[in-house]
Amino acid sequence: MSHGTLRTLAVNFALMSLFAIGGGNSAVPEMQRLVVEVHHWMTDRQFTDLFALAQVTPGPNMIIVTLIGYQVAGVLGALVSTAAMCGPTCVLAFCIGGVWDRFKEAPWRIAVQAGLLPISIGLIGASGFVIAMGAASNIAFGVLVLAAAFLSYVTRLNPAWMFGAAALIGLTGLL
Amino acid sequence: MTQVALPPSRLALFATFAQIAMFGFGGVLVWSRRMLVEERKWLTPAEFNEAYALCQFLPGPNVINLSVVFGRRIAGVPGSLVALAGLLVPPLIMVSIMALLYARFGEAAPMQHMLRAAAAAGLVLGTCAKMARPLVKDRLRVAPVLALATFVLIAILRWPLYLALGLLVPLSVLIAWLRR
Repeated sequence: MSHGTLRTLAVNFALMSLFAIGGGNSAVPEMQRLVVEVHHWMTDRQFTDLFALAQVTPGPNMIIVTLIGYQVAGVLGALVSTAAMCGPTCVLAFCIGGVWDRFKEAPWRIAVQAGLLPISIGLIGASGFVIAMGAASNIAFGVLVLAAAFLSYVTRLNPAWMFGAAALIGLTGLL
Repeated sequence: MTQVALPPSRLALFATFAQIAMFGFGGVLVWSRRMLVEERKWLTPAEFNEAYALCQFLPGPNVINLSVVFGRRIAGVPGSLVALAGLLVPPLIMVSIMALLYARFGEAAPMQHMLRAAAAAGLVLGTCAKMARPLVKDRLRVAPVLALATFVLIAILRWPLYLALGLLVPLSVLIAWLRR
């Protein structure tokens, strides 16, 4: 893989990580736009597959960037992407962690946090939508997406059960 | 009053965050709280809430921020690195295996992939709906409108993230400032 591709991965994930407000999943629509629509590194289906793989892997969901990096540029791509997604935010967390006490009660801090909240919820909704569009290729899958959404909204069921049920549906050949 | 234990060793720090990563399936927040507050007693509930508020404030994955912030408090730069490594190394090993399997057999079981993706999409949407519930209480309806505007710009109109956030974040923060 060319250095150009690695540089593109590094620069984009590093930048994206600083805009991922409200958690790792907030940047998923931007990742999809970058790898599927702008660079055509993979199809929408492949991106959706990788997202789902990252979700069933224990640990932080941002691990999707490791999978994207690997798919695009092999082991080096995986390492570069992971480091780029973690590096800037970790440095920021380290620095702000040291001065947090000084401004945690500041009015501007409270306004910034209150202002970011609705935006981050909109971003997470957009992530769900982008993935749902990749997954719901027909009505049956659409119903499945809605059923999983409904279940996770009304219950506190461990997501493992839902992935288990999805696998079972596949094994029994119901769909 | 909860008894708070002595500062943990670096090995304990690594092992604890590795455990959070491996068992924190589908809700790393719940597991980090259980480990740091209830089992290890390294943080009181109030300290945990405060650390978590900071990590939500910061961009990027919340639990990764938590490992850096907590590790720093225990042992400075080495502490942060050790906690972060604990959180990342086991999942990275697992996901590498998955990436290899996907690269080799990815097209072999398309039905399973699609079903898993459908479940994953539903989970994200359901969680989002849960998070959005408090927004509806906003009497002026500003917060739901801002959330919806973000959704439309990103998901429907497919604006680049930076453009959408560059427009909406200053607006939203300004409104929050004026409404203090």
